[in-house]
Amino acid sequence: MSDTKDVILEYVKNEYLEEGDDQEVTYTTPLISGGIVDSFSMVSLKLFLENKYDIKIPDDVATPEAFDSVDNIVEVLKKFNIE
Amino acid sequence: MSFSDSIREIYKKDLENIRRSGIYKDERIICSPQSSEIEVEFPYGSEQKNVINMCANNYLGLSSHPEVIEAARNGLDHRGYGMSSVRFICGTQDIHKQLEDRLTEFLGTEDTILFPSCMDANAGVFEAVLTPEAVMIADRLVHASIVDGMRLCKAQTDNFKHSNMEHLEQKLQFHQKARIRLIITDGAFSMDGDLAKLDKIVELAEKYDAMVFVDESHSSGFIGKTGRGTHEHFGVLGKIDIITTTLGKALGGASGGCVSGRKEIVEMCRQKARPYLFSNTIPPVVVSGANKVLEIISRTTERRDKLEKNTVFWRKGLTEAGFIIKEGETPIVPVMLFNAKLSQDIAAMLYEDGIYAVGFFFPVVPKGQARIRTQLSAAHEMHHLEKALDAFIKAGKKFGILHKTKQEIIDQYGL
Repeated sequence: MSDTKDVILEYVKNEYLEEGDDQEVTYTTPLISGGIVDSFSMVSLKLFLENKYDIKIPDDVATPEAFDSVDNIVEVLKKFNIE
Repeated sequence: MSFSDSIREIYKKDLENIRRSGIYKDERIICSPQSSEIEVEFPYGSEQKNVINMCANNYLGLSSHPEVIEAARNGLDHRGYGMSSVRFICGTQDIHKQLEDRLTEFLGTEDTILFPSCMDANAGVFEAVLTPEAVMIADRLVHASIVDGMRLCKAQTDNFKHSNMEHLEQKLQFHQKARIRLIITDGAFSMDGDLAKLDKIVELAEKYDAMVFVDESHSSGFIGKTGRGTHEHFGVLGKIDIITTTLGKALGGASGGCVSGRKEIVEMCRQKARPYLFSNTIPPVVVSGANKVLEIISRTTERRDKLEKNTVFWRKGLTEAGFIIKEGETPIVPVMLFNAKLSQDIAAMLYEDGIYAVGFFFPVVPKGQARIRTQLSAAHEMHHLEKALDAFIKAGKKFGILHKTKQEIIDQYGL
C-alpha cells in the first residue's frame, strides 16, 4: 500500500505544484479543500489513476471529498481492489 | 403556494453561506452611459457619485462612441428590434451575415458564426465538434465558460499547468492515441493579464498533430499591431483552428460572441451547437453597432495605440510608486495586495476618492493572491490616469505598502 501511496503523492507533487513551490504535501494534506487542486484540475488526477491502474472511476465516486487527500484516494482505490 | 417557508429558509441559509464565505456580489448601480467617467449609486438608493472607471472591459472606449450609437440607431430603424426566431428558421438578416464576414476578415480565419454571447460560444463549441474519442487539453486558468463548455462535452478532459509548455508537451505525448487532440487556452488571461505563449503552443500543436483553440475575449481589438489579437501578436495569424471572442468587451461592449476558425468547424457549429440552435442570436441593434465597431477599428489603429500608451503610463506609474503589479503588456493590470481584507479596504478608500476599482480574492483568485484588478481604456485621458494614480499612491501610503516586498506585505497583513 505504501507503494501506491507514494506513487500518488509523487504524481500530485509533479502535477500540481509549480517549480520552486516549497509547500509541503503529505498523505493527509487537504488537496482540494486546501486549494492545491481545484475541481477543474482534478480531472487529470482521475485520468492518471484510471490509466495507471486500468480502471474506470465513475463520476459519483470521483468526488472532491473522495480525492481530497492521498489517504482518501487510497481508500477509493481499495474499492477497485487496488492495494 | 409551493414556495413554502421551509423552502424559503433553505435558500436564505444558502445565501447566508455565500455572504459568510465572502463571495456575495453586490452590484453598483451606474446611472450614466459606460465610459471613463461614470455616475454611480452605491449602495443602491444613495447619492450618485462621479467616479473614474478603472474596471470596465471597455478597452477601446467604444461602448458609447457616437458613431456606434448612430449605427445602432440605424439598425433599429431599418432592421427592427427583434427577430422572434432562431437563426435557422427566420432569424438571419443580411447584417448578421455581414458581421460574420467582417469578423472572419478581422480575425484572419476561414469563417465565423455568431452566438448570443461568448459564454454561449464556449458552452456550445466543444460538444458540437468533438466526439468521445477526442481529448481536450486546457490551460488550468482558462475562463469559467470554457470549463463549463468542456463539462458539456463527452470528449476526454485533461489540463496543464498555467502557460507551462513542458507540461503541455507531456500531456500531448500522453494522449497521442486520441482521435483528435485540442489544446485550449485563453489568449489574454483575465485575472493576471498575461498572454498565452501562442507561438510555442502552435509549434507543439504542429509537432503532435493537435488543433488549437483560443478564447480572445480579452484580446480582440487591441492585442497585436493592428489589434487582431494574441495570434497577431505572436505571428501565428491563420494558424489557430478555433477562436472564440466577444462583442461584449473591446468590440463595442454590448453583447454577443462568436466562433471563428476552420470552415468545417464553423459549419459543424451551425448544425450542432445547442446555444446557437436553440436561442435567438444577437439583435439587429447590436449587430449594426458591432458592424460599425469593426469598420472603425479596421480603418485606424488610433484607439488601440492610445490604449497601449495609457497602459505603458499606468504600469510605469504604479511600479515607480512602489506597488507590486503582475508584469505584462496588456491593459489588465492587477495590483497585488495578497491579503483579501487589504484589497477590500484599499478598493473602498479608492472609491471614496472617486476611483472605481474592484478587489478580487479567493476563490476568484488563488489563496494569498488578493489584488485590485485595474483595466485601462482608450477612453481614459491622461488627467483620469493621473488622478487615479494619485489616489492609489495616497492609499498605498496610508496602508504602508509602497516599496514593500511581497513578504513584507504578508508579514504586515497576513494572508
